[in-house]
Parts: sequence; structure tokens; C-alpha cells
Amino acid sequence: MLELIDVEAHYGNIRALKGVNISLSEGEIVTLIGANGAGKTTTLMAVSGIVPASAGEILFMGKPIHELTPDRIASLGISQVPEGRHIFQRMSVMENLHMGAFTRRDRKEIKRDLEYVFELFPVLTERRHQQGGTLSGGEQQMLAISRALMARPKLLLLDEPSLGLAPKIVKQIFEIIRKINREHNTTVFIVEQNANLALQTADRGYVMENGSVVLSDECSKLISNDKVREAYLGI
Amino acid sequence: MGKRGRNLHRDIILKFNFDSVRFMEYFFELLLGGLTRGSIYALIALGYTMVYGIIELINFAHGEIYMIGAFTALIVASLLTIYGFHGVSILILASVAAVIYSSAYGFTIEKIAYKPLRRAPRLSPLISAIGMSIFLQNYVRLAQTSDFLPFPSLIPEFGFMRDYEHIFSSAELVIFIAAALIMAMLTFLVKLTRMGMAMRASAQDRKMAMLSGVDVDRVISVTFITGSALAAVGGVLIASHIGQINFSIGFIAGIKAFTAAVLGGIGSIPGAVLGGFFLGWAESFATGYVSSDYEDVFAFALLVLILIFKPEGLIGRSKANKV
Ligand SMILES: Nc1ncnc2c1ncn2[C@@H]1O[C@H](COP(=O)(O)OP(=O)(O)OP(=O)(O)O)[C@@H](O)[C@H]1O
Ligand SMILES: [Mg+2]
Repeated sequence: MLELIDVEAHYGNIRALKGVNISLSEGEIVTLIGANGAGKTTTLMAVSGIVPASAGEILFMGKPIHELTPDRIASLGISQVPEGRHIFQRMSVMENLHMGAFTRRDRKEIKRDLEYVFELFPVLTERRHQQGGTLSGGEQQMLAISRALMARPKLLLLDEPSLGLAPKIVKQIFEIIRKINREHNTTVFIVEQNANLALQTADRGYVMENGSVVLSDECSKLISNDKVREAYLGI
Repeated sequence: MGKRGRNLHRDIILKFNFDSVRFMEYFFELLLGGLTRGSIYALIALGYTMVYGIIELINFAHGEIYMIGAFTALIVASLLTIYGFHGVSILILASVAAVIYSSAYGFTIEKIAYKPLRRAPRLSPLISAIGMSIFLQNYVRLAQTSDFLPFPSLIPEFGFMRDYEHIFSSAELVIFIAAALIMAMLTFLVKLTRMGMAMRASAQDRKMAMLSGVDVDRVISVTFITGSALAAVGGVLIASHIGQINFSIGFIAGIKAFTAAVLGGIGSIPGAVLGGFFLGWAESFATGYVSSDYEDVFAFALLVLILIFKPEGLIGRSKANKV
């Protein structure tokens, strides 16, 4: 459903992506791991249209999207939980969730989805009128994921959902990601530093180094791959 | 106490009463005059603050939008007068024309002078804005005239205001009510509509707004159009009240409204309103009790002081909190 073909991206003169090839099938959970500065965030931003692809093609459900604006891409059903969460600080939890549903007009269904995310993350229910900026880090991550879900995405992009969270909350969040994937057949693409957890959660994985994909396989095989074990699992 | 003593006593009381009535009347005159000024400053300041909130640009050409609004209204009002229209209907039609024309200018300025510079260093659009301001002033000066043109007084005098005209005129009342209504509408737009939510989202975190499906270019255009419409209304109201306009009125009004926006904390909508009223009152009382020679100096002195000692404004957020 998502295909990146020889995608390149630049920041000024810096070539951050050097011909990336990645493909995801519908209903899969796929992870992208790699060291700091490898180009993981850039890959997601290229898919969302924030960083334009300077070469190559990005196809979503068979159609090219690499020349569309970010708002058009979002309205096709691609939601991103960006690195660092990016909660709207001076909007309430409720307003943040409504921002997630910005491209939708089906009020009744939006209401149902609100109930759904409040069920997934009951803490948010109590905090619904609190300003986004006053939530704790873990709560903000839950809100960021909920906000992305409010778009009813076909493809959910997650950039380091475990960053800065206590192990217990990380586990809870990954369980919920699996649950969303199971219940709605949502395709999930997770960028992670926590390679161990990512490889346990996902079906397939890509390993990125210096702007290129250097390895890709089923997660069960990547976990036992010596190079991966040494570089990313620290074993 | 003799007869003379009693009379003297009575005279003093009378004089005192008379003075205290004069004193209170004068005070209210200044208070209400400040309110009127303040509401105009607030209308224009809103345009500065909304644009700054979203693209962090001080739109120096905003004062010229206000001036163009006043000129449009003057031309339309003159035409309508020839065709036999009267007072209030001229006021309304001229205001509508001014709003449409100024909004078109605001929209176009953003597209040609700022949008191409969105990724450029911050100084570039600022210089472009100053250039736009100078260009528009001279354009109007050449297309019209550099003389002051008389502006018809379009606001009628109400019968029920007759006894109070010397303190608070009908025109001032209309200006205040119109400004208050427009600000209420703006609050509704920003707080409760989908576009308003998109505006706030774009101001707080542009990238995330885009990821959520907001067409930020469109939001920016709407912001310029809204700000320009507010300035145009301000231009028509004040021109009709003061009775004359020329190509440079936007410059002074623009800098004062900018002062108001900075005073309240640039980027903050309630701040712009508060700053507008604060500046209106400060000017009104300073000119009324000190000297009218210092009217403009006063506003600029205030601007400099605020920038030095409290750059985040009266109720603004500090830079660190904004991100
Ligand atoms: N806005 C930017 N301007 C210039 N260079 C950038 C910018 N963003 C990223 N880069 C560069 O592009 C390269 C890839 O960055 P990217 O953020 O995609 O890495 P990453 O894999 O997500 O790293 P991390 O794990 O630290 O989040 C890095 O060398 C980085 O310095
Ligand atoms: Mg990253």
C-alpha cells in the first residue's frame, strides 16, 4: 500500500536520503531502525510531504503522492505521530483530538472515535479539558497517538513512540499499537531507537544507515542477525 | 458669621461644585475619547498580531491597508453622494467596498511580497514589508494627491445623544459599538469555527497543523484577508470621524497600532485589544492633562520603553514558553 522507490531528500546541500526503497503491504506492522542521524525521521517526513522528495517516487495505494502538499497527503489517510509528539500546547486535549479529525466531516463517527480513544487511554478522559502543554510526557504521547487515530488513518506513521517514556508505559503503548493494527487492519510504520521492542512488535523491519536501507527482512530473522544484534540490540 | 461671609461661603461652594462638575465631565470626555481611539487601535492591532502569530512577520504594509480602506470609502462615498444616497446607507456601502478592496490588497501583498520569501532568512520578508509600505504610500500619493482630502462625516448624530455630544459624540459611540461587534465576531471565528481552529493550530505548530491536514497557505491567506478587513473598517470609521485623509495616515496609525500590539504581547489576540485600549487611554489622558503637542511622541516613547523593559508585552508569553 506504501512504496518508496529510490527516494532521495535534501536539506540544503545535505543529502539525507540517498535512494531509499521501502514497501509496506496493507495490514502490516513494519519497523525502521537505525542510528541517530540515519534518516529515519526524514523518511517519514518525505512520506507526509513535509520534506519534499528530490528524486524517486512515493506511491500510496498505487498512486504517486510525492508531489502532493502535506494536507492532501493527510486527507488520503496517512497520519503521523511525529518525533517529539508536537501536541498543540495551548489547545485542550479535546481540541487536540478534534485537530486529528480535521479532514473529516462525519460528526457522528468522530464522536464514536472519541469514545474509542478515551477507551484506549482512560487517563485522557479525566484530562479532556486540560491544556495539551500541561500533560506529562507519557500523557502527551498517548494524546499524540489518539490524535493520529482520530483521522481514521489507513496508514499510521509513528516516529519513536517510546522516546523518554517509562518502560511500563512503553509496553502499554506498543500493546495498543498492536491492538489498533489487529482491530482496524491499520497499516503501521514505526521508527524506533528501541530496536528490541520494535522488532518484537513488527512483522518486518528495515535497517537504515547514512540515508540508505542496508538490510531488510522478517523481524524474527533480523533479531537473530549478528550484525543487527551487535549494532542495535547491544548483544 | 455676617452676611458677606455667608455669601462668600456660598460662592466658594458653587464654584467648587461647578469646577468638580467640569472636572468630572472633562475626565469622562478623555476616558470615552480614549475608548474610541483605543477601539480603532485595537482593530488595526489585531491585523498585526494575527499575522505575526502565524508567520512571525511584522507586516509593515498593514497601516497602508487601513489607508487604502479609507480612500476606497472616500471614493465610493463621493460616487454614492452624486447618485443621491444618504448618510447611513453610504456609510454601510462604503465600508463594504473598503473591506472588499482592502482585503484584496492584503491577500495580494501576501502572495507577491511575503509568500515567495517564506523560506528566506527572517530579515528578507521584513524588508519586503517595508518596501511594500513605501510603495503603497507613493502609489496612492501619485494616483490621488498628497493633499489632505475632506472626508464626509458619514455617521449620523442621534437625538438621544444630544445632551452628551460634548462629552461623547454619536460618531464615537458608533465607532466603539462597531469595533466591539467586530471583535466579538473575530473571537467567535477564532475560538469556535473550523477555520479558527486551523488558525490557532498553524500559529502554535505549523508543521503539526500541516500533518493534521490543514492547508496552511490557505490559513495564511485568510489571516491576511481578515486582518485587512478589520483595518479597512477602522480606516472608514476614523476617517469619517476626523474628517480628512491623505496618503500618509496609514503610517502613523500603523505604528501606533503596532505599539498597541506589542504592548499587549504580539501574537496574542486579547493582548492586541487590551493594548489598543491601553494606548488609547494613555494618549487621551496625556494629551488632555499634559499637552497635545506630545500626542505622537508619547506613543513612540511607550513603544521604546515596552521593547526595552517588557518585550513580551503586558499579557504576552515569553519567547521560551511560546515553543
Ligand atoms: N532541518 C534539517 N536541516 C538540516 N539537516 C537536517 C535537518 N533535519 C535533519 N537533518 C540531517 O539529516 C540527517 C538525517 O536526519 P533524521 O532526523 O532523518 O535522522 P534520524 O534517523 O531520525 O535520527 P534520530 O534517531 O536522531 O532521530 C541528519 O544528518 C541530520 O543532521
Ligand atoms: Mg528521528
